[in-house]
Amino acid sequence: MHPLAERIKREFPDGFVDAVEWRGDLAVTVKRESVHAIARFLRRDPEIDCDYMVHVSSVDWPDDEERFEVVWEVQSIRKRHRIRLKTRVPESDCLVDSLTDIWHGANFMEREVYDMMGIRFRNHPDLRRILMPDDYAEGYPLRKDFPLQGKGWRDTFEFLNEKA
Amino acid sequence: MRDTEKTYRFEDQRDTIYKVDPEHPETATLPLQRTEELLLNMGPQHPSTHGVLKVILELEGERLVKSTPVMGYLHRGVEKLAEEGTYHQFIPHTDRLDYVCAMYNNFAYCRAVEKLMNITVPERAEYLRTIVAEVQRIIGHQFWLGTQALDIGAMTVFFYTFRDREILLDWFDELCGARLTTSWYRIGGVERDLTPSLIAKLRAFLDYFPPKIDEYQVFLEKNRIWLARTKGVAVISAEDALSFGLSGPTLRGSGVGYDLRKYEAYAAYPKCAFNVPVGKNGDTYDRYWIRVMELYESVKIIKQCLDQMQEGPIMASVPSVTLPPKDRVFTNLDSMIQQFKLFSQGFDAPPGEIYCGTEAHKGELGFYIVSTGGGKPYRMKIRSPSFIHMGAFDHMSRGYMIADAVTIFGTYDIVMGECDR
Repeated sequence: MHPLAERIKREFPDGFVDAVEWRGDLAVTVKRESVHAIARFLRRDPEIDCDYMVHVSSVDWPDDEERFEVVWEVQSIRKRHRIRLKTRVPESDCLVDSLTDIWHGANFMEREVYDMMGIRFRNHPDLRRILMPDDYAEGYPLRKDFPLQGKGWRDTFEFLNEKA
Repeated sequence: MRDTEKTYRFEDQRDTIYKVDPEHPETATLPLQRTEELLLNMGPQHPSTHGVLKVILELEGERLVKSTPVMGYLHRGVEKLAEEGTYHQFIPHTDRLDYVCAMYNNFAYCRAVEKLMNITVPERAEYLRTIVAEVQRIIGHQFWLGTQALDIGAMTVFFYTFRDREILLDWFDELCGARLTTSWYRIGGVERDLTPSLIAKLRAFLDYFPPKIDEYQVFLEKNRIWLARTKGVAVISAEDALSFGLSGPTLRGSGVGYDLRKYEAYAAYPKCAFNVPVGKNGDTYDRYWIRVMELYESVKIIKQCLDQMQEGPIMASVPSVTLPPKDRVFTNLDSMIQQFKLFSQGFDAPPGEIYCGTEAHKGELGFYIVSTGGGKPYRMKIRSPSFIHMGAFDHMSRGYMIADAVTIFGTYDIVMGECDR
């Protein structure tokens, strides 16, 4: 196992789930309850020192019990490593801790995840839609059950629903 | 200049009665007229927002107290579209992200897919990619310099940078048949080689261009208005810049020498000698200086690449993934079928997930691709620098004058097509 993953496993034996290293990228899956503690550890620990927020993303796995996967990718410029921190969120309780208090950049990126996938972030200072309109009521566009052609007003266009 | 000591909230004196002591009329206090925050909508139709961006500015007098960017006017659902097409089909979509610098988006995307498929690109293709990427960087910085100066009020530079940008756009036109939406990069290589005429034109441009960069600077370096409006404006500390995820010249202006060209050493960059200019103060002027210095560095890189480049293939030979040569497609049935199948059905990507970032001229343009096998990506996230830089807008604008809002948009080199995706 990657030394960083081992370090996380040692510090958080209960929160650690899995670590995968593929094509040089390290992905660590952790339990939802311990995301915030582990992220703070990655930021504060002088050996790991992840000071740079790369991106926040989300993946929808509709067939799984815990449907959504939230991905934070953080990097240490000085120590030259990148860690992808992942956690699973069920659809019934679509809530996960926000990391905005650790990395400022998580603010906009988590808002985008909320906008596109409908995952809510606890303690987020400003959780609103960011790319879609504020009054967009048709759901969350990047979910797999959202049709590519769109929903709502567009459904009334007959030529779009005709089967060729 | 930012005045952090002073608070900009006036006491509410609306109820104060206007009293004058007849013996000391000079002590009469004028009750301030109504003092309340003014909300100002800037955009979405504003020429300096570089597209359709709206920002709600909360003002106390002329000072910005808080600014809330409202984005998404140019949202086209590119990430959703990516899930419906094959990997090859997505290349033209990347042109439309940052439509000013399409080559860089192609490059970043192809690099990400190559990492997913574990493809090594042949050496000549790496050189060609580096040359064209640096030409694109010059175009991007010229565009930025012209528009930023125009926004601030120095109109002349715009004409000079756009005159020289035109030469390179015509060069792109000859290279791939398009000036802006290029789609010249391919997964595993590039679409076509440089012709001798293109190389001669590029060499002529490299001789012509460095004196022109000096010329741009003449208009700005000693321009008192330019200096007053850029020095000490939109300062961000290195720690904050990292925490916000800023990248590219916006981060290097704060003194962090993070450049993926050196850090990851991809393409032909490790074989070229070049410097990464790093600022000190983290203000708009330092970011301007970095971009101008990068113009000189790009010229250096292109010259070295042209000198070092050897003959060789321009496309990796992995028939299950990479496209056959174009001349064979028109003459050979098998190659035509292969090309057709690669575009319509795609290649079989292994299950897994990768993130790959590339140093575009705005910052780190990254692609996070999740594959479950098959010809289409299961999920594709685009880490666009413009979007992430906008996250720091409120932090960087607090306490400055309302006119500085325009400077701060400009200093990110924002393009809304990439920001909203």
